[in-house]
Amino acid sequence: MAQIFHRSANTLSRVTIFGAVFIAGFALWAIGAVVRSPYFTRQGIQLDQPVQFSHQHHVGGLGIDCRYCHQSVEASSFAGIPPTSTCMNCHAQIWTNAEILEPIRASFANGTPIVWNRVHQLPDFVHFNHSIHVAKGIGCASCHGRVDKMNLMYQASPLTMSWCLDCHREPEKFIRPREEVFNMEYVPVNQEELGPRLVEEYAVKKLTSCSTCHY
Amino acid sequence: MSETRKLDFTSFRERIGDLRGREYWRSLEELSRSDAFDEFFQSEFPQQALPLAKGVDRRSFMKLMGASVAMAGLTACRPPGETIIPYVNQPENLIPGKPMYFATAMPLSGYARGVLVESHMFRPTKIEGNPEHPASLGASDAQMQASILGLYDPDRSQVVRHMGEISTWSEFIAALQPVLNQERAGAGGLRILTQTVTSPTLGAQIERLQAEYPGLGWHQWEPAGGDALREGARLAFGGFANVLYDFTRANVIVSLGSDFVEEGPAHLRYARDFASRRRVRQGERDAAMNRLYAIESSPTSTGSIADHRLPVKPSQIESMARAILAALGGGSAGEDTHAPEFIAAVAKDLLASRGASIVIAGDHQPPAVHAIAHGINQALGNIGSTVMVIDSPEVRPVNQLESLRQLVTDINAGAVRALIILGGNPVFDAPADFNFKAALQKVPFRAHLSLYNDETSLLSHWHIPETHYLESWGDARAYDGTATIMQPLIAPLYNGRSAYEVLGAMLGALNTSPYTAVRNHWFERGTTEETWRRALHDGLIAGSALPPRTVAASGAVPASGPAQAAGGIELEIRPDPTIFDGRFANNAWLQELPKPQTKITWDNVLLIGPGTADQIGFGVDERSALFNELKTRVVEVEYRGVKVHLPVWVVPGHAEGAATIYLGGGRENGGRIAGAGTNIYPLRPSTAMWGGAGARITLTSRAPYPIGCTQEHQSLDPKLVGERGIIRDATYQHYLGNPNFVQDYEHQIEQVAGLENSNESLYPPFAYKGHAWAMVIDTSVCTGCNGCVAACQSENNIAVVGKDEVVRERELHWLRIDRYYKGDPANPQVYHQPVPCMQCELAPCEPVCPVQATSHSEDGLNDMTYNRCVGTRYCSNNCPYKVRRFNFFGYSDYDTPALKAMRNPDVTIRTRGVMEKCTYCVQRINHGKIEAEKENRRVRDGEVVTACQQACPTQAIVFGDMNDPSSHVAQLKKEPTMYALLGELNTRPRTTYLATIRNPNPELVPAAATAAGEHH
Repeated sequence: MAQIFHRSANTLSRVTIFGAVFIAGFALWAIGAVVRSPYFTRQGIQLDQPVQFSHQHHVGGLGIDCRYCHQSVEASSFAGIPPTSTCMNCHAQIWTNAEILEPIRASFANGTPIVWNRVHQLPDFVHFNHSIHVAKGIGCASCHGRVDKMNLMYQASPLTMSWCLDCHREPEKFIRPREEVFNMEYVPVNQEELGPRLVEEYAVKKLTSCSTCHY
Repeated sequence: MSETRKLDFTSFRERIGDLRGREYWRSLEELSRSDAFDEFFQSEFPQQALPLAKGVDRRSFMKLMGASVAMAGLTACRPPGETIIPYVNQPENLIPGKPMYFATAMPLSGYARGVLVESHMFRPTKIEGNPEHPASLGASDAQMQASILGLYDPDRSQVVRHMGEISTWSEFIAALQPVLNQERAGAGGLRILTQTVTSPTLGAQIERLQAEYPGLGWHQWEPAGGDALREGARLAFGGFANVLYDFTRANVIVSLGSDFVEEGPAHLRYARDFASRRRVRQGERDAAMNRLYAIESSPTSTGSIADHRLPVKPSQIESMARAILAALGGGSAGEDTHAPEFIAAVAKDLLASRGASIVIAGDHQPPAVHAIAHGINQALGNIGSTVMVIDSPEVRPVNQLESLRQLVTDINAGAVRALIILGGNPVFDAPADFNFKAALQKVPFRAHLSLYNDETSLLSHWHIPETHYLESWGDARAYDGTATIMQPLIAPLYNGRSAYEVLGAMLGALNTSPYTAVRNHWFERGTTEETWRRALHDGLIAGSALPPRTVAASGAVPASGPAQAAGGIELEIRPDPTIFDGRFANNAWLQELPKPQTKITWDNVLLIGPGTADQIGFGVDERSALFNELKTRVVEVEYRGVKVHLPVWVVPGHAEGAATIYLGGGRENGGRIAGAGTNIYPLRPSTAMWGGAGARITLTSRAPYPIGCTQEHQSLDPKLVGERGIIRDATYQHYLGNPNFVQDYEHQIEQVAGLENSNESLYPPFAYKGHAWAMVIDTSVCTGCNGCVAACQSENNIAVVGKDEVVRERELHWLRIDRYYKGDPANPQVYHQPVPCMQCELAPCEPVCPVQATSHSEDGLNDMTYNRCVGTRYCSNNCPYKVRRFNFFGYSDYDTPALKAMRNPDVTIRTRGVMEKCTYCVQRINHGKIEAEKENRRVRDGEVVTACQQACPTQAIVFGDMNDPSSHVAQLKKEPTMYALLGELNTRPRTTYLATIRNPNPELVPAAATAAGEHH
């Protein structure tokens, strides 16, 4: 009777058995790498927007405060996206014929809202509250980066849970004086000394219970 | 099989005697203690493990797993992008992400109950009671809670229909014009049919309409309206009147078939006032407990919390009332000498509390019982003290049965040319002998305004979709006459029109704005811009309650009515505790809400007592074999020549020789789920609106009928109930002598179960330095109304599973109210025990989770992290309290657009394969903590309330921070009557209970029973 298996079957079976371990390992590593990659987290990706709004111009150039547009940031979980009327406060007077602002004028005239593409997007099972972070001395730039230098808005941080926990475990490394929260250019002078003092002063708690964010 | 199966009712009763440490029981099944029932209890979800239809072989398994792995790869795709849509002009005062609250009122049967509606960016999401409104005082019931689902219900009618075809409002107006012109020309025969109207604006509109068309007839009809109340008041006071009760001042209360804590426009108020005299607290011994006697047939919530409950046949209630009046020296007792010692004791107690007692007749008792009750109150000097009489808040109170009878007579005589029906569904709910369905079709022009394209709409030429109360301006009066301006929370979702608009159109305005109609009405009557705004803000018009009249009830006792045909079984008909008269039949929250006394969902059944069950041949043997809590037999009910098939249900404490059925089931055209249950309106002739004698009940040979009864679902092992002191109770007298009686149970647990209360733990102790959230539930005042369960469902986006899944024990309510009985099944004591998550400090669920999806927070909460959960269900298996709920399938509706807007945005929607459970409303806790932290202070007591606590009419649930010594919950934790459920397991539950304390009349308590109460 002839042999059922060819001689190469020996090698093939060895490669398959040993390979299985590595393939499985590689697959796990690959999944991990993908979910932490900017492709998945959207870190650093500029999305198309109906109006090419430049934070660099408005914040860095003109010096408009964050809260002029994101007005509920100190009161609510949601920082707020400005209504068309906020844009028109100025643009009824200046750049009234600029082509780039046509969607704004159309929105204001027709009463149809502008549909922005969301840049900072948390999963639905995470509940984040802006107002408490601002009240406890976490600067806008700590999470959103140097918005005053962004021509088009993008997500500066990965917004992964481990990134959240970096600060929730060691707030003293990131906290800043309350009056500096909206200052884009703030650079800490002596964080090792200042951090623990502010944590004490603002009664900042190291909240790492699941139900702090997940419910 | 065990010999315990061979039981009949008599031996059943004997068994109660030898229970020894098992005097509490939850169901008749449990009492029979069959082997099968014990087995039934051994698994976590006894019905869950349905075997696969055929086994899965290796090859199919590999195929399935391979597909799963391939699909898993797909999830690596990143989540889809979202958009943000800001306003063009943001409304003033709106802070995106923060809810706003608006005061309005929910009318039910015409009467307003004040509500506060939570609105997220102008989407109403949750209903709460309005603390300033006299009919609510901040409490809410299941129907109020579920009305939010009613608003978004995708089955609501969305277009005007003419002969079933889609039409428009202006075409309807055009069609109405010739009808009105003829009427103006004097043709006559124009009628309107409304439900009970308390709305002053609507009343004024109808008056103007009648001034314009003098021949216009106005009829009113409510199937479960207050005809008996109206007629009773007329008998006693010589005219229509509303009778109000002040339970805060009553020491002795006698209920004559009244379910005042559960039914009627003032039940929330009455429940709270009643409970205010039943809380037993350390150091407050002066405030004596009140005493409630309930004489009733069907077990009600009121009967379940009574100190003495006497089950009698419905027909006997009147003679009992006469006997009480006679014992007080008025009238003469009938021949019926039922329970004379009971009557004597009641009379003695009432006489001792002259001017501080209440005798209240049930909403569905005959007018004579009401008149006698008023007579008794008069004799006791209660009128003016605990009983107030006011003018009726209704615009035009009438006997609605006669009003509808007149309409039907006129239609049959050809005198009705056009009929405009404003709300209601008379084709479904008119008395059977009126044959309204046939009569309606004789009217040449008929239009129907209603929320659903229902049974009546189908037979009308025109159907106009009606606005929900949250969609339209309006006004209504409460039980005491307090008027509320109802403001809309949202523009009509489904092109609805209100009654104000239809009447406005009849008055000649094509588009009447309900806002203008209501506003003009009140401004013409002295309201100013300032008082208008104040009224909208407060949810009521200050000082609009009607003043008490100084009247006396006529001493004349009405003669007893003609003796009813004896023989057969007496039928009692009641509105359903959840879906009412059928109008809420398409509301899934209410359909799935366990009915307070029976815990049945999705069905209406024939309720009978255990003795009657034996009598009709549905014995203990068979009930045990069927598992009464899962399946039951179908009976044929023959009543006055009409036969209806209904599942039969044996409920302890039901009067023997009588049966109860609830209205509202079996809608033919009420929406996709409204068909649940059986329509029993055919059993309801105008001569016996609330039942009568002469019913014949025969067991049919139909296949056993499955019932979604939740009582034995996921509840504590019955073996533990007695020996572990799950329910602890004492009489008030016993408590006064031994306030620490709950401790006696601890000794019993040590002896019986051999368990010691040990504080040892493998884990190092944890100091809760910040907050320590905790809850105390006072079982003395819980009426088992299920308002908390509905509130929890609304607050926490809890999905509905449907009857098939409830039968498999997969309902998702985070909070259940366990019902326990004690004593004779013919008339047991009832105990209600709400069971949310205990939030154990040493939670057994936590160490067994392989993925740490459930873990402990620094505040002592037992967190459930949905996104970590992989669905092993180990936690649920290890939970001694059985409070965890599992999503066996994707029960949450992700697709229906209308329902998306309804959900609470602060709570995650759970998907398939995820465990969920009570969180102590952690979203509210976090919100409270954030607001306090922003102001650098601690959370104040009362700042965070859970949804169940907020809804509770009797304030039985108290939640707060145990670490704050001044908090209400910390005070209650020190009460001597406080005990933990299964505390001997050292789970250290944060939810604890206050023992049930009742105040029975020592003269009526048999010596043996007293001894039983003291033996612990």
